[in-house]
Amino acid sequence: MLNEETHHGKDTDLGLEDDDVTNPKTYLLGLALAIVLTLASFGAAISHVIWGPGLPVFLAVLAVAQMGVHLVFFMHVNATEEGENTVLALGFGIFIVLLVVFGSLIIMHNLSSFMPSMDQLMKMQR
Amino acid sequence: MSGGAAVNAQGNPIPLSERGPASTWSMISFGFWLFLLSDIVIFASLFATYAVLSKATAGGPSGHDIFDLKNVFIETGCLLASSFTCGLMLIAAERRQLQQFYIWALVTWVLGAAFIGLEVTEFSDLVARGYGPTHSAFLSAFFTLVGTHGCHVSSGLLWLLVMVAQVSTLGLRTMVVRRLFCFSLFWHALDLVWIGVFTIVYLGAAVNA
Repeated sequence: MLNEETHHGKDTDLGLEDDDVTNPKTYLLGLALAIVLTLASFGAAISHVIWGPGLPVFLAVLAVAQMGVHLVFFMHVNATEEGENTVLALGFGIFIVLLVVFGSLIIMHNLSSFMPSMDQLMKMQR
Repeated sequence: MSGGAAVNAQGNPIPLSERGPASTWSMISFGFWLFLLSDIVIFASLFATYAVLSKATAGGPSGHDIFDLKNVFIETGCLLASSFTCGLMLIAAERRQLQQFYIWALVTWVLGAAFIGLEVTEFSDLVARGYGPTHSAFLSAFFTLVGTHGCHVSSGLLWLLVMVAQVSTLGLRTMVVRRLFCFSLFWHALDLVWIGVFTIVYLGAAVNA
């Protein structure tokens, strides 16, 4: 931090670990994992190899895994001291996302199960 | 920046509170990261809308009737490949390899444009068959979610053109490379959102058939 200019001038302009951002192997590994996970999810959805009721969970696990691959290998989220703020913000973001998605689903499902059927609604209007 | 720099003359670590203001790079990357997260929250609300309305077909077609998984698979491949070449483009910029930068920028742009082309074809095909966004709540939610993602990718393509123009006029100076890093984060984040789209919207419709 103190000799930031000299550190930056050497071989990288970015604050991340040198061999993380500038190493093609990181991206290649990420690409390979992403291809495997994508093929697995498309294959599972089309081929019916996986037991039907378990399929949504299987696809969800693959999707979360692939998002993790993107975050780590492509977007360089890491556990270094510098990456701490990023990880904290990411955690808060995931919390909001889960709250919005599952909150909406639970509330709307609850609403529709308490909603009277159309016949009953018609009778109520009289 | 790296762990080695944050020690005093005696070799003891300097507490975070005594290190002075954060570097420009730290602030730019963290600020851009916050923007990305707020963008992802927008997508989360659109995903929630879609999940709630996906069964509300109003007598019209369901997702299983209208989605072409082969098309979606090609779209996914385009976006994933373009994410990868975007990483190679950033590496070339970091190493000041101008020619390689231009090549990978071109490949990234073409793959992104191919994705948008496929999506526009899909949308116009659906509208031509009478399944436009006004047909049912399900189709409204579908067009809003996937269309918002498409708008993001389109603005990313525009941003990439601007970055190539900046590199050609300003060269690969530190400031420009930082912007390129922000662009690559944006591009990868769009691919990340697309994972949610193809899993929930397209594969979800195929599974629930």
